[in-house]
Amino acid sequence: MSGTYLGMPAFPPPPPPAFPEAARDAVHDQTLRGNLRHATHTIRAKRARAVAEVSDWAALREAGMRIKDHTLRHLDRYLVQLEESVTAAGGTVHWAVDADEANRIVAGLVKATGETEVVKVKSMATQEIGLNEALEAEGIRAYETDLAELIVQLGRDRPSHILVPAIHRNRGEIRDIFRQEMGEWGRPAPEGLTDTPAELAEAARLHLREKFLRAKVGVSGANFMVAETGTLVVVESEGNGRMCLTLPETLISVVGIEKILPTWQDLEVFLQTLPRSSTAERMNPYTSMWTGTTDEDGPRTFHLVLLDNGRTDTLADEVGRQALRCIRCSACLNVCPVYERAGGHAYGSVYPGPIGAILSPQLRGIASEIDASLPYASSLCGACYEVCPVAIDIPEVLVHLRERVVEGGRTTREGNKVVLRPAKGHAAERAAMRAARWAFTHPGALRTGQRLASRTRRFHPRTLPGPGRAWSGTRDLPPVPAEPFRDWWQRTHDGRDRGE
Amino acid sequence: MRVALFLTCVNDTLYPDTGRAVVKLLTRLGVEVDFPMAQTCCGQAHYNTGYRHEAEPLARHFSDVFGGYAAIVTPSGSCGAMVRELYPRMGERARAEGRGDTLAATLAPVVPKTYELTEFLVDVLGVTDVGAHYPHKVTYHPTCHGLRGLGLGDRPLRLLRAVKGLELVELPGADECCGFGGTFALKNSDVSGAMGADKVRNAEATGAEVLCAADNSCLMHIGTTMARLRTGMRPVHIAEILASTEEEPAV
Amino acid sequence: MSSRERILGRVRRALADVRQDDTPYEQAIERSYVREHGERSAEQTVDLLAGNLADYRAIVHRCATDELAAMIAGLLAGRGAQTVLVPSGLDGDWLAAVDAERVPDRAESTPHELDRVDSVVTACAVAVAETGTIVLDGSPDQGRRRITLVPDHHICVVRIPDQVVSSVPQALERLDPARPLTWISGPSATSDIELDRVEGVHGPRTLEVVLVHGPG
Repeated sequence: MSGTYLGMPAFPPPPPPAFPEAARDAVHDQTLRGNLRHATHTIRAKRARAVAEVSDWAALREAGMRIKDHTLRHLDRYLVQLEESVTAAGGTVHWAVDADEANRIVAGLVKATGETEVVKVKSMATQEIGLNEALEAEGIRAYETDLAELIVQLGRDRPSHILVPAIHRNRGEIRDIFRQEMGEWGRPAPEGLTDTPAELAEAARLHLREKFLRAKVGVSGANFMVAETGTLVVVESEGNGRMCLTLPETLISVVGIEKILPTWQDLEVFLQTLPRSSTAERMNPYTSMWTGTTDEDGPRTFHLVLLDNGRTDTLADEVGRQALRCIRCSACLNVCPVYERAGGHAYGSVYPGPIGAILSPQLRGIASEIDASLPYASSLCGACYEVCPVAIDIPEVLVHLRERVVEGGRTTREGNKVVLRPAKGHAAERAAMRAARWAFTHPGALRTGQRLASRTRRFHPRTLPGPGRAWSGTRDLPPVPAEPFRDWWQRTHDGRDRGE
Repeated sequence: MRVALFLTCVNDTLYPDTGRAVVKLLTRLGVEVDFPMAQTCCGQAHYNTGYRHEAEPLARHFSDVFGGYAAIVTPSGSCGAMVRELYPRMGERARAEGRGDTLAATLAPVVPKTYELTEFLVDVLGVTDVGAHYPHKVTYHPTCHGLRGLGLGDRPLRLLRAVKGLELVELPGADECCGFGGTFALKNSDVSGAMGADKVRNAEATGAEVLCAADNSCLMHIGTTMARLRTGMRPVHIAEILASTEEEPAV
Repeated sequence: MSSRERILGRVRRALADVRQDDTPYEQAIERSYVREHGERSAEQTVDLLAGNLADYRAIVHRCATDELAAMIAGLLAGRGAQTVLVPSGLDGDWLAAVDAERVPDRAESTPHELDRVDSVVTACAVAVAETGTIVLDGSPDQGRRRITLVPDHHICVVRIPDQVVSSVPQALERLDPARPLTWISGPSATSDIELDRVEGVHGPRTLEVVLVHGPG
């Protein structure tokens, strides 16, 4: 099994470590903690205000969930309809089973134009398949044009957030990256660049302008594809998306098959919920909608690459498939207390945070250390579910995937039904869980254990060695009382129990 | 009125004071309390760690023990949420696995009769002033399963506000998880510890003597973090505050 | 087997458990959300549009039809615009008082040529009050998409009240999906530095919206 590739750009992979190890460094990195805390708390409060402005939020959320669920349940039909609509409007539709195939298709299309560079709109799908690296190997340079993607690309860094991939960087770090790296890629940063956000944005404007104006090929993803009309939609803020979607002669859009909406009218739900959930705005500055090609306006050639790359495997899981409702708004990342402290890199995927913890192990499978650890990267506090604009019950899916890890069972990989064996490394836990289950179904045994703990309590230490340090590294041990409640009850209320 | 106390395995073993407080409080309010001795554990830790099939016998046992009572009261938001939210889901999953409706039918009776303590007081007994006296400065942490799972809302706060002598101060970042999360505290101890430390610092900033919550699992995590950080604050279960009176003050 | 067939086959096998679901689209989706938020008079809707445009840093002006030419001339002069892009179908009267050189919207212009133009004046297809959005649909009075993108200064004229709707659902009803659409809510902006909004990146850094009402 080759496994589904979920791009880790810029770094030749040593496989990412399991989540707890990766998170350990982040927890103790005070700059990173400060950056993440500042950014997530800023957006949290704003999102809450933007959502509170809309009186029918719950109804919009419900409708969004239902539209997505209905589409997923009839995905084959809507994919075929979309293909017909896009083709009728002058576009060409390609199908890619996995990352390799998608990359081959895009590289072939770019080469056919004779060009050796492309400008890119921020796109999770192309991040996921590692398109930039694949194009580089074919001698094609891909320029990221979203400000945060630019920061990541210039800094030879990895994205750590869905919406704001450079969220782990503060303004001072961004200034340093611009000063040091922009010259390598084109127009250098202005002399005396400071760290004020407006100046940094201006530097990006100047640096990218020459690339936009000469670009012949644009590459994008899409937020939505409308089956009935063949319309694609890109939601953005900076105008880099408009540049890439309208100035080049050729446009290539790589889009996951789950991004379909049945009808034009369905956009009325998501154009209300997405901006408020992601950037906490009533509406994002720019939304582009295009249907095939238009004579003498925008690209003359339009290619749509429909991407599977693990999505149909995810669709086959009746609990896990709800993850495919995701509209990539990032609200779950911004409210997640684990994300806030562990940072995005610890998730070992372009999809970090709560949604990443349920998406990556489904798209890639749970064979690797990181993917088997992601379902546990949550305290199940439920804040993610509460803010999700399409009501993905992330805790439910996390627990479901935990079960997959410890019990194994039937799943689908690359279109084939397979039976997984329980993951390694859970043997002691499994034995403990079984023992506890036995004790809890034998109240007498439980009682003996409780009494033993109470009688030996004087000898209990306040910290533990070995694996027990997982608790006592940051916490004392709770003291054990002189007698369990049930002994007190029996002493004082004897004979009043109907249950025994 | 006669109810069954589902104390939970954690409270039974480690926090018997909470159990005594619930009995005292409910008895004072005219409720007759039973403690079925055969009770053990709802299966939450098993379920949430991925051992749903190990949790099933525990859920069936719970249903056997408590099925005959008109109401089941528990001083734990997370165990209450386990029964109310996740028992139905366990039944559905068993059905989806082709095992029929037996599990769903076995568990169904206990689901609507299970109440978290503050819910039972406010919704079933219809009281917010339980006649308590607790002359201390207190801040309240709404635990995640109580807040987002059961939707306890402001019920605990209404109960606390009616306590004589109690000065209630708001906890900054109250609705953020304390970082316990059951086995999360062990599997991701660094992140869990960092969340706990932040929660304790927020609590400390209120100047309260006592941090109160409706779940001893979270309080165990917060309290042992407080002990490690030497804050001098105490974690106290809301039942112990509500049980406290001028004549018989909580210690 | 083609990748198309392979993917469609995988989808169908993945949905084996829901094959029986033939709930039609209309019944599967409950639309209990509202068509617009709150009740407003036409005048109040226009006020809301103006307020929300300004909230996202668009500069809002109001005038009567017979004042429009002077208004536009004044705005261009105020910026010292030497050149102004003009869509082919723009009402000639709107630019009657303008001194700046008119640059027609032509298919053969290069992006570099557009980059040297100071300003652009367009009409719009519809404006959305609740979100402070103007939508362009490439009609002759709005021109190609790129002319409102490359120049740094965009003046957009909205006829009130007839071009103004309250809400996103109402706007979509008025728009034709076959046309290339650009929804604009304020000048270009970014939240990419510390998740805080800063205006002015690649699109026009100044967006002026003129709300024009009938004569007098």
